[in-house]
Amino acid sequence: MDYLISVITLAGIHIIMALSFYLPFMTGQISIGQAGFMSIGAYASAVCTAKFGLPYVPAVLIGGMCAAIVGFILGIPALRIKGIYLLLLTLGFGEIVRVVFINIDYIGAAAGFPGIPYQEHTLLYAYGTVLIFIVLFNRLRKSRMGRALQAVGSDEDTAEVIGVNITAVKLIAFSSGAFIAGIGGGIFAHYQEYIEPLMFDVMHSVEFLVFTIFGGIQIFWGPIFGAFVLTLLPEFLRFIQEWRMELYGALLILMMIVRPQGIISLDSVQALEKAVRRLFGKNTAAVLSPDQTEGK
Amino acid sequence: MILEIRDIIKYFDGFCALMNVELEVEENRLHAIIGPNGAGKTTLFNLISGIYDVSEGQIAFRKKPINGLKPHQRAELGISRTFQIVRLFGHMSVLENVMLGSHCKTKTGLLKTLFRVSLRELEEEKTTRENAMRWLEFVGIAHKADQIAVNLPHAEQRLVEIARALNQDPDLLLFDEPAAGMNPKETLDLESLIIKINQMGKTVLLIEHNMDLVMEISHVISVLNFGAKIAEGKPSEIQENPVVIEAYLGRKR
Amino acid sequence: MIFQQIINGLMLGATYSLVAIGYTLIFGVLGILHFAHGEVLMAGAFMGLYIIIWSGLPLYIALPLAMLATGILGVLIDLLAIRPLKKDFHLAPLLSTIGVTIILQNLAVKLFGGFGTRFPDALGTTNYQVGSFFISSVNVLILGISLFLMVGLYFFIAKTKIGKGMRAVSESHMIAGYLGVNVDWIVLITFGIASALAGAAGVMIGLSFHAISPFIGLTFALKGLVVMLLGGLGNVVGAMIGGLILGLAEVFSIVILPTEINLQDIFSFGIMILILIFKPTGLFGTRITQG
Repeated sequence: MDYLISVITLAGIHIIMALSFYLPFMTGQISIGQAGFMSIGAYASAVCTAKFGLPYVPAVLIGGMCAAIVGFILGIPALRIKGIYLLLLTLGFGEIVRVVFINIDYIGAAAGFPGIPYQEHTLLYAYGTVLIFIVLFNRLRKSRMGRALQAVGSDEDTAEVIGVNITAVKLIAFSSGAFIAGIGGGIFAHYQEYIEPLMFDVMHSVEFLVFTIFGGIQIFWGPIFGAFVLTLLPEFLRFIQEWRMELYGALLILMMIVRPQGIISLDSVQALEKAVRRLFGKNTAAVLSPDQTEGK
Repeated sequence: MILEIRDIIKYFDGFCALMNVELEVEENRLHAIIGPNGAGKTTLFNLISGIYDVSEGQIAFRKKPINGLKPHQRAELGISRTFQIVRLFGHMSVLENVMLGSHCKTKTGLLKTLFRVSLRELEEEKTTRENAMRWLEFVGIAHKADQIAVNLPHAEQRLVEIARALNQDPDLLLFDEPAAGMNPKETLDLESLIIKINQMGKTVLLIEHNMDLVMEISHVISVLNFGAKIAEGKPSEIQENPVVIEAYLGRKR
Repeated sequence: MIFQQIINGLMLGATYSLVAIGYTLIFGVLGILHFAHGEVLMAGAFMGLYIIIWSGLPLYIALPLAMLATGILGVLIDLLAIRPLKKDFHLAPLLSTIGVTIILQNLAVKLFGGFGTRFPDALGTTNYQVGSFFISSVNVLILGISLFLMVGLYFFIAKTKIGKGMRAVSESHMIAGYLGVNVDWIVLITFGIASALAGAAGVMIGLSFHAISPFIGLTFALKGLVVMLLGGLGNVVGAMIGGLILGLAEVFSIVILPTEINLQDIFSFGIMILILIFKPTGLFGTRITQG
């Protein structure tokens, strides 16, 4: 039972990380450096609690902010760099962060940072955070900024001509993604009680990518679904554990061949919303989606 | 004079696309730009929109130079555009595409969206939706508002693009070959639509190959060939102009 | 001393050229940058290593065998991960090749361990004297083979029917199709050739560095992509020259930069960022589009 709880907690953290990948992805920025931002959040928040005695919530938020600041700085050159080169940039970033942390003795260097105050209610905090992000992403979905994000991801040149400030949108998305990753890192650090740079390598960033691509790229429920399922599944299918990464790779290829939009598509969510509306009446459905003209 | 283009030169890697082009567009006019393929018409539009920077020359909108401005800034000033090949955001709905038109005229940013401070944000969203629906009705496809843009037939996609451009509340509209790929009936409908838009007080700059359409509705026609302006005047003048005829048909034998 | 460095630089650069040519060929016929190409090189290096160890065959047989094996791997990648993709999702090839990368790299770590593996000395080390300088047999071999492959490729593309097909497909899939070119087949062959060249590069890297690891894939992916920026996308000759330039630049950067940390890779990374920020069209080539 304890074991199940720990897996579900980890799944919650993974959901946060998948969302951190998803936000820049919406604007067409594919980052395999989110683990780097996660580590910044993890170390920053750990320093706050372990070395300075700050309480949990402010520490985690500070971790997020630190990651966001670095995300903003990295986001500036990222504006001009696209596709595979952005992949390399973010990959390089993740590696540089890792190497930097390996060389800082204050936080334990390669030996790691032990003694982080354990947060007993991490499960609550993790899923509480997920819930908050669900509300925020939902608000974003049918809003001016949400449409702008999608437009930039769809065709940024046209978006710019019709009046969207693509520089601002991409930068906001990128640094917000970093912020979310930092929050995830903070929650992670206080659950593990011990962190080391190796825990945040590029393969983890790739995992977050796989969660999202598998789960669904058309709507934020996709990364949530993907992270949850792909974290839990290996736990129940033991033999998968050892070949997890290879299977993720194969899954990525398979999804691109068979269902590139991911498992959860916009249609599936809209169909679900219609069903909920019919079952429970308009009020409940309005909570899920603020859109007024649906149901035609 | 809503748009003034002075001495524009545009090079691409050594190839000269536009050479010393001058253009003055009067407000409220329906001003057509014609010329054989490769004459530089779309390049001119791209310079006005801000997609390219001029190599030399000045562009002024309402007397204000806009040379260094980014495309979204020009949209804010009141320049909107449709493209030679329809550029909708394919996987968004028709309504969402049009609603994006008013992005540059509305203000609700990320923080206000996430942490709804007041009712104003919801109000603005409601207004955006209503305006978008109005323009969809204006162009005649309000009934397709919730459809995914990429599923519409070509002519209707063009109408969505026009509705989106109108939702920007522009003073100057650039239409790049809007009639391309339309059948005669659709073209006639488009003709009346463009006239209606012009009569609303909007200035229209139109690139078109459909000569009937151009001669029928334009106030002024400018003719480009090989990157230079070779003629300008009223439709009747252009039709008789031997230089223009030669450019299209080649030298008379 | 300088001469020695130049030779080293050219040798290093030659391997970069071979990798970059692979990227260029695939980009030419398919319009995508093949993210897993570096892993193909890595696989080629290990296949070469085990061919030499297990069979004891001399290098002049082992190398072509390794190239063949790597070429087959490339063909498999095309058949399984690229060709079946739906055409309308523009990110699909990039994401699929990321998947290939994950599989290859993790498999390699499982099979060969995360640390370096010593590459057998298939050559012995004779040193030739040229004037007052020394060139080792490794240098000669690598430069010679690379030159041979590059020249061979150049004539292959220019003179043979398949080569013409490759050029046609690079221009336009549609038109090449109308002209009777079997586009899928050309793409397949291109993958095979590109991968074989990467395999050769992998073996030569093993020979010159005396060790290989599962992680060299990403390193050489980076180098190859930087060369693309230098030499222009889809430009084979540009890739050749760009590779040599990068190799020379890296070797001389060691002279200038401090040697405590291994800054070579960061050097290429830094070059990449500088080019992309200040001249996104690359130094000589065409505008870089998505992916």
